[in-house]
Amino acid sequence: MTWAAILVTSAGCYLLKLAGLLVPRVWLEHPVVARVAALLPVALLAALAAVQAFAVGTRLVVDARLAGVAAGVVALVFRAPFLVVVFVAAGTAAAVRALE
Amino acid sequence: MTATWVEVRAPVLRTALGVGVATGAYGLSFGALATASGLTVLQACALSVLTFTGGSQFALIGVLGAGGNVASGSASAILLGVRNVVYGARLTAPLQLTGWRRVLGAHFVIDESTAVALAAEDRCYRAARLGFWATGLATFVLWNLATLIGAIAGNAIGDPRGYGLDAAVPAAFIALLAPRLRTLPTWLTAVAAAAVALAVVPVVPSGVPVLLAALVPVFAVLIFKERAQ
Repeated sequence: MTWAAILVTSAGCYLLKLAGLLVPRVWLEHPVVARVAALLPVALLAALAAVQAFAVGTRLVVDARLAGVAAGVVALVFRAPFLVVVFVAAGTAAAVRALE
Repeated sequence: MTATWVEVRAPVLRTALGVGVATGAYGLSFGALATASGLTVLQACALSVLTFTGGSQFALIGVLGAGGNVASGSASAILLGVRNVVYGARLTAPLQLTGWRRVLGAHFVIDESTAVALAAEDRCYRAARLGFWATGLATFVLWNLATLIGAIAGNAIGDPRGYGLDAAVPAAFIALLAPRLRTLPTWLTAVAAAAVALAVVPVVPSGVPVLLAALVPVFAVLIFKERAQ
């Protein structure tokens, strides 16, 4: 039964990924759809960042992640390169956890 | 003054690798949790290779580990994958995949590859394609390697959170978002999307908040359209 669950889940998840790529280009060229598409990356990135910073399953939690993310944002404001931002965030969160 | 391809390529590859390492390391948690939930090492690895979308994988083993019904476990795991439809549709223009590349590329349509591809899209579609494939490949290799190690070693390795990787991932997404926040509509969209996602976290299964936040641009376009008239 576990194998059945693995195969059904994998097939379902793959078909969903493929379905998106199969959406006809013509639909996406409609002016309103194009304007939504232009803003979509901003919405997706903001939502992913927010969820990963505060969610644990279906609960919202403030923990060492927030300190790490805040330090990463400060690094961003000082125009640090991408990898520096990521390392600063990880290092700060790890340090805060070590102190807890 | 246009940047050469080498100048465009280098930061995209660094970003892809950084995101791949931070995300891939979570495979350690997944592998350890999967075997703790009763999966064999082979089953844990098969799930990471074949499903390759972290949220869905954690959902499935969560249900199986709690002794839940196999059908409902698969159903909730697949529901979490619905956001990948939105990602795929948004990626069609920059990626321009056809034939076997589309069949293969579909497997790499995940949060991370989409985030890096869409952040690189501002430079050119070629940069977006590189970001997509490089992030997909780096994450795939590291996620699967980490799953195997986690599944064999169990909890002996420790939690990636101890290294602060759970803060690295949202910080990476904010770093990808920041260059796009140049106008009032983009700022409002970002704040509203984050607020919507957080507001629904307690009431919908994980994975769905991002899907609902994807509706924010629809409303933003309608509101700003009226204003423009």
